Order: sequence, then C-alpha cells, then structure tokens
Amino acid sequence: MKLTLRVWRQKNAGAEGAMSTYEVDDISPDMSFLEMLDVLNEQLILSGEEPVAFDHDCREGICGACSLVINGDAHGPERTTTCQLHMRSFKDGDTIDIEPWRASAFPVIKDLVVDRSAFDRIIQAGGYITAPTGSAPEAHATPVPKADADFAFEHAECIGCGACVAACPNGAAMLFTSAKVNHLNVLPQGAPERETRVLDMVAQMDAEGFGGCTLTGECATACPKGIPLMSITSMNKEWLRATRKAGKR
Amino acid sequence: MTYTDYATGAPVTDPKAPSGPIHERWDKRRFEAKLVNPANRRKHTVIVVGTGLAGGSAGATLAEQGYHVVQFCYQDSPRRAHSIAAQGGINAAKNYRNDGDSIHRLFYDTVKGGDFRARESNVHRLAQISVEIIDQCVAQGVPFAREYGGLLDTRSFGGVQVSRTFYARGQTGQQLLLGAYQALSRQIAAGNVEMHPRTEMLDLIVVDGRARGIVARDLITGKIDTYFADAVVLASGGYGNVFYLSTNAMNSNATAIWRAHRRGAYFANPCFTQIHPTCIPRTGDHQSKLTLMSESLRNDGRIWVPKAKGDTRPPHRIPEDERDYYLERIYPSFGNLVPRDIASRAAKNVCDEGRGVGPGGQGVYLDFADAIKRMGRKAVEAKYGNLFDMYQRITDEDPYEVPMRIYPAVHYTMGGLWVDYDLQTTIPGLFAIGEANFSDHGANRLGASALMQGLADGYFVLPATINDYLARNPHQDPVTDRHPAVQEVLAETEDRINLLLAVDGDRTPDSFHRELGELMWEFCGMARSDAGLRKALERIPQIREEFWRRIKVPGTGEEFNQSLEKANRVVDYLELAELMCLDALHRTESCGGHFREESQTPDGEAARKDEEFSYAAAWEFTGTGEAPVLHKEDLVFEYVHPTQRSYA
Repeated sequence: MKLTLRVWRQKNAGAEGAMSTYEVDDISPDMSFLEMLDVLNEQLILSGEEPVAFDHDCREGICGACSLVINGDAHGPERTTTCQLHMRSFKDGDTIDIEPWRASAFPVIKDLVVDRSAFDRIIQAGGYITAPTGSAPEAHATPVPKADADFAFEHAECIGCGACVAACPNGAAMLFTSAKVNHLNVLPQGAPERETRVLDMVAQMDAEGFGGCTLTGECATACPKGIPLMSITSMNKEWLRATRKAGKR
Repeated sequence: MTYTDYATGAPVTDPKAPSGPIHERWDKRRFEAKLVNPANRRKHTVIVVGTGLAGGSAGATLAEQGYHVVQFCYQDSPRRAHSIAAQGGINAAKNYRNDGDSIHRLFYDTVKGGDFRARESNVHRLAQISVEIIDQCVAQGVPFAREYGGLLDTRSFGGVQVSRTFYARGQTGQQLLLGAYQALSRQIAAGNVEMHPRTEMLDLIVVDGRARGIVARDLITGKIDTYFADAVVLASGGYGNVFYLSTNAMNSNATAIWRAHRRGAYFANPCFTQIHPTCIPRTGDHQSKLTLMSESLRNDGRIWVPKAKGDTRPPHRIPEDERDYYLERIYPSFGNLVPRDIASRAAKNVCDEGRGVGPGGQGVYLDFADAIKRMGRKAVEAKYGNLFDMYQRITDEDPYEVPMRIYPAVHYTMGGLWVDYDLQTTIPGLFAIGEANFSDHGANRLGASALMQGLADGYFVLPATINDYLARNPHQDPVTDRHPAVQEVLAETEDRINLLLAVDGDRTPDSFHRELGELMWEFCGMARSDAGLRKALERIPQIREEFWRRIKVPGTGEEFNQSLEKANRVVDYLELAELMCLDALHRTESCGGHFREESQTPDGEAARKDEEFSYAAAWEFTGTGEAPVLHKEDLVFEYVHPTQRSYA
C-alpha cells in the first residue's frame, strides 16, 4: 500500500505546531499502525530529518502508552489501542491524519507525545486501598461475591491511556476517574475509604483542568478496554452519597 | 588476548547464606539482620530504578517503613512498566484446592523446573513468601478471579501437577502492577517517594567501593543529572531485547544492569534465556515485536502439526489420524503442560523436520476444537476471551473456527546481576531485584513464577535485607557533584552521548539492533553450538566497530530525542550480547533454556553435566571486548536431589 500521512509536528511544549505531509510506500496490511510509523521514521532519519516522536511501549494493547488521534478518532477507526490497530483497516492511496491527544490537561511535549501526569495525580489523591505491606489478613478471610468481583475487574481493566479525555468534546476525565473509583469502592477492602476516595479523586480531577461531563458518551465509545458509560453514573452516585454523608457529620 | 580466553578467578561465595534447616533459614536471616531505628530511617535515601512489580512494590514498602525513596522510570508513568503485560497468573502454595500442594512442593517444582541451577535457600524463601503475596494483593483490592462462593479461583500451569496459579483473567500482571502502583502512588502523595518518570538511568555512581547514586537523563529536556543515596536498588527488568524481536516492551532495556556490571557488579548466567512456546508467529521483516499468548492456553488447547512433511492442507482438512499431537505423544503424563523450554524445543524440532505450519513453516497449531466441544464456546470465551480477541486482532483469523498458529519467542531472562541471599550485588550498597537479578529460576523459569518473584523481592525480601546494610553503614560521607569519581562518571556519560550524536553516519539505531538480534536468535537462541557461538563472537565486535563508524542519530541531546535513547541502549546490547555468547560457549552442557547441540540424551532431551557445571557462572567485567573473569558459585543440593528432569 501507498499512503499519504499528515502528521502533527511540534518541536517542544512551547513551540507552534503544524501538520506536515509525508508519503510512505510498500506498507503491508499485516503491519501494525506503529510499525507503519517505524517505516516512516527510518526514512526520515536516513534523509537527515527528525523522526516523528510518539509514545509506545508494550505494543500489545496493555501498557496504555500509545496515544494517537487517527483521522479524528482517538486510537483510530477500530475499538482498540493504536498499537493493536493494523494497516488492513486502511486502503491503498488513503490519506491519514495523525494528531496527538488534544486536551488542555494533556499538554503536548513533542509531536505526538503528551503529558498525562494529571492521571497519576488523580490516583495519588485516593485511587488506592491503604494496606501497607505486611498488614494483610489471610486472603480467604473476606470472600467477595462473584458479581462484585466481576464488577471490580471490569473497571480495573482501564489502562490509563487517556483516549476517553481525547475523545470527549469537553476534555473530561470522568471515565478514567470513575473506573478506579468503581473498582475499589465495590470491594469490601475498599469500604473504609469509600467516601474520601471519591471526593478526593473528583476534587483532584477538577483541579487538573479537565472539562465537565455532559454525558456525551464519546469516552466510552473510544475506550479500548470497554469501560462502560454507566461507570460515570455509578461514580456520580458514590459522590452524592459521600457528599450527603459528609454533610450529616 | 582474545575475548574467549577468559581467566577463572576465585570462586564467589554468598556471605549472607544462612545455614540450618531450610524452612528456618529466612526467619534466621531476618533475625540476624540488623535493624534501623524507625526514627533514623527518614535520614536514609534509597534510589529505586524501575517501577515494575519488583520496583513498584519495593519503593512503596521502603517508603512505608520510613525511608526516603527516590524512584525512576523511563515511562511517562510508573503504571506502564512491562510487568503489566504478564497475562497468565501468579503461583502461591496456598493449597486452597487441597490437591497436595505445599511450600515444599512449590520449592521442589521450582528447583526441578529450573533444571537444578538455582540456589535452594533462595527458592525455598520464594515458596514461603508466595502465600503472603496473595494476602497482600487481595488486601490492596487486586481483582483476582473468584468462584461463585466468593473464594479465589486457581488454575494449573506448565511443569506442575497442582492448581496453584491465581489469576485475573488474562491480565494478572496488569492487576498486580496496578496494586503496587497504587501503593506507590499513596507514598508519592505522602511525600515519601520522590518520583521521576521519563528519566532513564545511564550509569551507576560508585564512591569508595560503594554504590552511592546514579547518573540519569531527563528524557524530556535531555538534561543529564546526578542523584545520590545511601543505597541503590536496580529493578530494571531483564535483557530479552538483546534479540531485537521479543515479547518485551519496545523500550525495555539492559542499560541499568549493564552499566552496573561495567562498574563492578558480576553478571551471572547471562546465557540463561527463556524462549516462550506460545507466541504469535512473525509475519514479515517489518515486525517490531512479538506477542505472547498466555501459557494458560495450554490447559485446554491441544498442540499439533501434520504427521506428513510439507502438508499444506488447511487444518480442518487434515483428518485426526494424520495429526501428530507431539507433546501428548512424547510426554504422556504432562502432555501439553510440559515446562516452557521443553515445549519450545519440541516446536522447533517439528518445524525443523519440515512439519511446521503457516507462512515459512514456522508455526504449530494450538487447537481449541476439543475444548469448545467439551466445555462449550461460552465457557471457552469466559476463560480465554481476551486472548482470543487479541489473536484475532493481530492475525485476522478467528481462533474459535481455525486453530491458532504459535511459535516460540524470546520472553524472559533468568540470568542477571549476581546477588547474595540479601539480593545485594558484588558492589556493596547495590541491590538487584526481580528479573534484573539471577537468583531464583535457575536455567528455566516456570510459568507464573516471574510475578511471584518480582513481588517477593519487592514487598518482602529487599525491605528486610536492606535494613542490615543501612544499619551497618549509618553515617556515609555525603557525596556531591564535585567528587572526582562523580565527575568521571558524568564526563564519560556526556562523552558517550555526544559521540553518538557526532558520528552522523548512514545507518539507523534500529538497523544495528535488528542485525544483532538476528545474529543472536540464530546462534544463541533455542539451540546453541560451539561453531555457531564462535561465529557470533567473531561477528559481534565487527558490528560494534561498524556501529561507532556508521550510526546516525538526528537532533540534539538537549531535547526529547527517541533515536538517541535507542542508540544508547544498542551500545549496551552490543556488549552484553558478547558476554551471553561467551557464557553459552563455556557451558558445554545443556540445561533448561540453554540447549547445547553437543549435549543431548539419545532421545534428544537436554543432557546436564552436573559434575562439571553445577555452578552459577558470575562474570567480572574487565573492559569492552576484553576477556572477562569467571567466578564460579558452587550450587549445593541438600533437599532436592538433582536428577535428569523427566516429564514423560
């Protein structure tokens, strides 16, 4: 396949960026999207140009590093991560637009690489269960009903890639935050911090400059791990419950 | 003197190895270790490099104990370390199934699975701690698979006959890592851990014979800086990416451990690499990495190839009696669940015979037709759904309809920095944990044991043993940038980076990495021979020489520059590869993942030579391309008597 790529190039956080056009040839449909970018970068290096910077690591859809907006969609046309998107999803002669995540809380570092440390700070605000090493009771002391364990797992699958934020017209981080709140709040182990967790994480999310949620649903459509939109509703319930409880104290 | 004319130095002994009955040794060592008063701990700074299962759990636990932790990862977030990609599970001797499991059996299985090339004391400690790990992770909210009654589910894995593997669908590594990451996040918020993401360690600072800090590069600004501490912990993972194509993450690298080796830490058993039997075959030269399919698939999938050579019929057209379920045939009692090294080699053998399937004949079938008939599609989906989806996404084939095609790929490295029972390297104050060290898996790691070891080291072993070192060295002189030893390391690092940028040749970092990887796969991969290894040892210095003449790295050092990062890692692969080949050449026996063609049993199994090689080979660096010095650590087996492994 022969393709035309229009790629966002930006020297650094402070510089102005712009789209640049490149041609790549001999692209096999079995290549992953990132292997196609590898081909482009090898060409660029040999012609003395700077290769396109992009985040990637495991290339098996689990680390959450890769983060490209492809033809306007976070992670491209299939419901998966960018690294698991294959060129068989495109046709010979296509023009493909490649941009970084766009959100004010995710500033561009270079080209297609953005700063997602805001997500880490949301987790630091309360996305954990306090269980210092050595303090754990025997694992079978607390059975967890299978339905609750499955609910926790479904939300724990979030890979923190940020596609939800990139897809949201408001740049909101509700799906990311709710996934962790729901994972931990449904478990008996998470109960003692249930209220502080949701209040503190939501407060941090707001402080990071993410937009407000208008339940557009783009986040859940873009999520490569299928975190459901209902996750946000569940978190809102947790937040209301915690707020009321705090009011009574 | 040529590289292969290595000298044999004094044997290396483990000064911390406890004696007495094996089940009392860990308690004994913990009791004998000196403690640091809780009020004094905050005065000690510990550097931790890496945030995977070992590093993440160690950083969190040391901070909980009151130490000041300064931690580094090259990723943009500590949550992305490659432990996250581990799929299958984590072993623990809980015996919840009442199927005859025990700490002693896990210990026995691990020593035997490692083909009797691991230390008994370390492995026994690992088996003891395994049960505490499950408790710890459940308390953190790790969503392990559960039964309808609410209790934890387990499954079996290769090389064992009990069901002791705890799992979280096909994402066990992710869930365990997020548990450690969340514990670490809590300590970051509390100000006990100073976290440096997107920062890569480039060298180790050794002052007066002790590890006192690291040199690291901020990957965003390019700034090279020094960081000082009272002890340094390397949790930077393995070196499988020497092979270019592996199941490791693209940026996983050997720089931290290799630079430590250059500064004096011995490197043990570098040739012990694990080739995982169930990976998705490569499709072409563009391939950038290989994807593993969890070994758990071998619980229900059946591996086969056609009986006839060159049979190109599609799988459903090949009748049952013309298929060779070769693992079930050769190893009737373990069948498809033989250890990884055996399964990989068997796949290579049938492909070498011309009975491989798929493009290039480099593949074997992993067939779920019987499992779907027996359990129903729904049950197969519930158990393996995400793995099937991943396979289909990559290959565009539906494994519910057509058998999967799999082929072995480089996956894990059992070798690593030599450490004593306290996980301390030969440089005082430098510790290595997780895959970065060599200690527990011998010549072959059993499935679901990497997660166990990473977390055992990080949550429980290191936090207990590092106290002893810090308590015995309570007042180390402060180190600053002005110290001559620091100046020297800093200057060397800057020179290396500047040289990489200055060559301005005509070959990319990837082209060298790929060339080295192909050479290593051919001559130091699944089967090794004297002639092949000598060929590789002749070629590697030539590639290295060419690298420094022709490498091209665009851009500057004072910015985000991924080509520079890559080139700098390849520099270290080009040296480490040579040591791997030398180690493989010197070990003329076959054991575990190290298969020497000259040393086989009559039926083609690996033949160990215990008389000659019952030792760990710890290599001392003497200079780039210079013959290293071999120090042997004799392995003593008091509880598990070495026998030829049999899985038939």
